[in-house]
Amino acid sequence: MLKVSHLNVFYGGIHALDDVNIEVKDGEIVTLIGANGAGKTSTLRAISGLVDTAPGSSIQFDGQELTKVPAHKIPYLGISHVPEGRRIFASMTVQENLQLGAYCRKDKNNLAQDYKTVFEKFPRLKERMKQRAGTLSGGEQQMLAMGRALMSRPKIMLMDEPSMGLAPIIVKEIFSIIQSINKSGTTILLVEQNANMALSIADRAYVIETGRITMEGKASELINNEAVKKAYLGG
Amino acid sequence: MTFVEFLQQLINGLSLGSVYALIALGYTMVYGIIGLINFAHCDIYMVGAYIGFFAATSLHLPFIPTLILAMAGAGIVGVLVERIAYRPLRKASNISLLITAMGVSLLLENGFNCIFGGDPRSYPHNILKQTNIELGPVHTDSLHLIILTTSLVLMVLLQIIIYRTKIGKAMRATSADKDAAALMGINVNATISATFAIGSALAGAAGVLVGILYNSIDPYMGIQPGIKAFTAAVFGGIGLIPGAFLGGLILGVIETFVTAWYSPLAGAIGFIILIIILIIKPSGLLGKKVSEKV
Repeated sequence: MLKVSHLNVFYGGIHALDDVNIEVKDGEIVTLIGANGAGKTSTLRAISGLVDTAPGSSIQFDGQELTKVPAHKIPYLGISHVPEGRRIFASMTVQENLQLGAYCRKDKNNLAQDYKTVFEKFPRLKERMKQRAGTLSGGEQQMLAMGRALMSRPKIMLMDEPSMGLAPIIVKEIFSIIQSINKSGTTILLVEQNANMALSIADRAYVIETGRITMEGKASELINNEAVKKAYLGG
Repeated sequence: MTFVEFLQQLINGLSLGSVYALIALGYTMVYGIIGLINFAHCDIYMVGAYIGFFAATSLHLPFIPTLILAMAGAGIVGVLVERIAYRPLRKASNISLLITAMGVSLLLENGFNCIFGGDPRSYPHNILKQTNIELGPVHTDSLHLIILTTSLVLMVLLQIIIYRTKIGKAMRATSADKDAAALMGINVNATISATFAIGSALAGAAGVLVGILYNSIDPYMGIQPGIKAFTAAVFGGIGLIPGAFLGGLILGVIETFVTAWYSPLAGAIGFIILIIILIIKPSGLLGKKVSEKV
């Protein structure tokens, strides 16, 4: 479904991504784990068109090349990105945020069904529809960011550090919702520093270090791999 | 000052203030969306006044078509300025953008001076009939009321565009977070162009209204009202649309009353207010420090 090959990204003179190759198949949860600054966010931003890729890079989605597609056209193809730090529209209401999530939808008549889906997964958002998004708690903001992404009916969701800054109990809740979104048919590419949580729900995983993929395999295997344990799972 | 005089001055102040508000909206919208104090904005107002002048004199158009033509023309010039001068600097530092805006301002002023000459020109007298209107004991003239009404109609239209339409929602999202807006499928460049078009059209309308009211336009006519409108935008809270509206009206009223009380202060009052705001409440009347959770 999504095939990233020979992806190189430079920020000025810094080589942020060095020949990254990642593949996500239809229906999978794939996770990309790694330390701060390893290039996880840059990978997702490159897929979404928010950063320029170096010549020779290729990102294919359902056979279509994305590297030359401008960022604002990507969501129309069925790719939805829940960015790092949530990036909800704080001064707008929860409802307006969800409406913006559906901005790229052509079939506006069926939105009622999408609100229903979002409220099933995130009942707390329904209670807060008229509230300013900036007044939500961190966990609720993460839920809003995910709900907003769901409103576009994505084929694939790119999720950047959904656990960031949240209490362990909320993280658990968020991850079980990610699993349920996946079960409803949405493919997921998940970027995480919380490797333990990510590996526990993923089908396959990639490990990225200073811009390079250093390991890949089944999540169930990587979680028991000595090197991964030592570097990312706290011993 | 009697109560009747007070009401008369209030109407004058509100109509002057509504013109400031029209210009201030453009400053605040552009600041809101790309973080630039667009120094060329006051010259877009001048361009609008000239387009209206030629529409009224060469084409002999009546008031409303003149206004619409000036708004369209000013809107196009605003979009071109953004496209040619500001967009290539989108990723440059704010100071480069600011200096560029000053350059564009000088170019427009002196370019118009070069092409059309510096002599003031007047709108035809018959474009709007100036009649005295008596509202009970209050005497005012139709021009002030037409200006006030036109400005209010345009500001209501703007509110509808911003809060009720898709492009308005895109503008608000883009001004809050460009990357996140792009992730929603919003074309950020097109949205910024639309913002310049709308802000510039409002300034163009103000140019025509002032051109008719004071019956004199020249290439440097934008400088004074530009500074006052900028003050109004800061006064209300730069980046906030209701702030520009409120700031403009209040500034117009204060200026009118101060001028009536002691006219030598007329030119200085705008700056005095600007200095006081910057000392007491730099975020403006409606501005507040926004803290966002991460």
